[in-house]
Amino acid sequence: MSQALTRRTILKTAAIGAAAATFSCRTAAQTPPKVVVVGGGFGGATCARELKRRGLAVTLVEASAVYTACPFSNAVLAGLRPIEAQQFKLDAVEKAGVDIVQKMATGVDPQTRRVALEDGSSLDYDRLVLSPGVDIRFDALPGYDEAAAAIMPHAWKAGEQTLLLRRQLEAMDDGGTFVMAAPGNPFRCPPGPYERASLIAHYLKTHKPRSKLLILDAKDSFSKQRLFQAAWQDFYPNMIEWVSLSTGGKVIEVDAKTKTLVTDFGRHTGDVVNVIPPQRAGRIAQVAGAADRSGWCPIDPVTFESRLQPNIHVIGDASIAGGMPKSAFSANAQGKVCAAAIASLLRGEGPTEPKLINTCYSLVAPDYGISVAGVYSPRNGVLTDVEGAGGTSPVNAPPSFRAQEAVYAEAWFQTTTSEVYG
Amino acid sequence: MARALINVPAKAKRGDIIEIKALMSHPMETGYRTGPDGALVPRDIINRFICTYNGEEIFSADLFPAIAANPFFSFTTIAMESGRIAFRWIDDRGQAHLETAEIAVE
Repeated sequence: MSQALTRRTILKTAAIGAAAATFSCRTAAQTPPKVVVVGGGFGGATCARELKRRGLAVTLVEASAVYTACPFSNAVLAGLRPIEAQQFKLDAVEKAGVDIVQKMATGVDPQTRRVALEDGSSLDYDRLVLSPGVDIRFDALPGYDEAAAAIMPHAWKAGEQTLLLRRQLEAMDDGGTFVMAAPGNPFRCPPGPYERASLIAHYLKTHKPRSKLLILDAKDSFSKQRLFQAAWQDFYPNMIEWVSLSTGGKVIEVDAKTKTLVTDFGRHTGDVVNVIPPQRAGRIAQVAGAADRSGWCPIDPVTFESRLQPNIHVIGDASIAGGMPKSAFSANAQGKVCAAAIASLLRGEGPTEPKLINTCYSLVAPDYGISVAGVYSPRNGVLTDVEGAGGTSPVNAPPSFRAQEAVYAEAWFQTTTSEVYG
Repeated sequence: MARALINVPAKAKRGDIIEIKALMSHPMETGYRTGPDGALVPRDIINRFICTYNGEEIFSADLFPAIAANPFFSFTTIAMESGRIAFRWIDDRGQAHLETAEIAVE
């Protein structure tokens, strides 16, 4: 069936090509293939630059003039970093030869291969890359809508929400309670909630030492759990309490008016409440029909081409990337692999089997870093952990080792952001 | 057996439909897994759950190895009279864990 579809698509393209030749005396061979990338985050901006480097005509569609990066935004919450250190423009990407269209992409027609923009204009593509990140599911947790997010911020998309939660923490009295709701899998940045709890605990310990921090979790285990929990014992004893799924931690409803989180077995009220709600692939992926019932986008692990829509590739947090976590590091790696695959496909060649790497650094304190690394390759149609590669930081390591990892974390951020935006 | 969590409304009006929740922390070891030494880990599951309302059974379940760890039940009943709602979990070793909650019906 997909073969028949492909043949029909080819015939259709040929017909359009013939028409174009009649009217503009251009042949298909002289028209360079066009690639459109939607989303200027770590995935999309990387992919656009890499496609350009490979000699393709690339248009990057991004609605925002300034991109606010999520990695290290937990340090902004803790007052350890200005938000400006997280903000990047696409000037260098444009200078590298990528056409930037600063508009919202509102629709995709996979049949005519056309992206619709907010102002009614459109862009044609031969291949489309969607890197839209995540959308907060305001329909998933009863009581948690956009109005509630103004009272109990998610701060899971860096920017205004980060600053709002920061202001609330600053305004909280010493002796107050910070309550966080952590979501079930999958979600953006698996160690993120626990890094956030750590750095907020650092802020509270330093400025409001009588305060408490409660994490209500929809999971029974989390990324780098042993490392986080050991460090919490050392740095923040009796400050952080983690309630797992099996001990009644799953938040099933929220009440913004009273800043209350309701679980199956109790109610928890906080002075500052951070709800990290369930998420799904960014809206444009849903509109394009690239997301399945899970809300995320199934992909071919070799090319990142959608399993649902031909000629559309999905990278970054929006994709179902098997064992790879939803991280900026992953998105950056996927952007490069996807660009290489598209270049091969447009030349009529088969793409090569990729190997991808991810590393997630987390800070437990300003000079205490931990990491988890993995190597992934396609196996049985999904990106799978290469056994024996990667791993987490050792459980027993001297402070110098943790300090070194905190330096590596910052170095990774500087290296990657200068590669993507510099 | 480990820790149990129950949720029964403290008060209800006669005739109200009330929701009851019960979660037992338990590994639900299937008996099909092998341990680090290659030998099968013996089966250890909760195989029976019973809820009574003033001594009368209102909900029960037989559990099997395919049921995941930390079994969670949520069900409804009609509030008839004040009294005690009791929960009992029985594991493969025959051990029982009992929890109770009082409900006031007006």
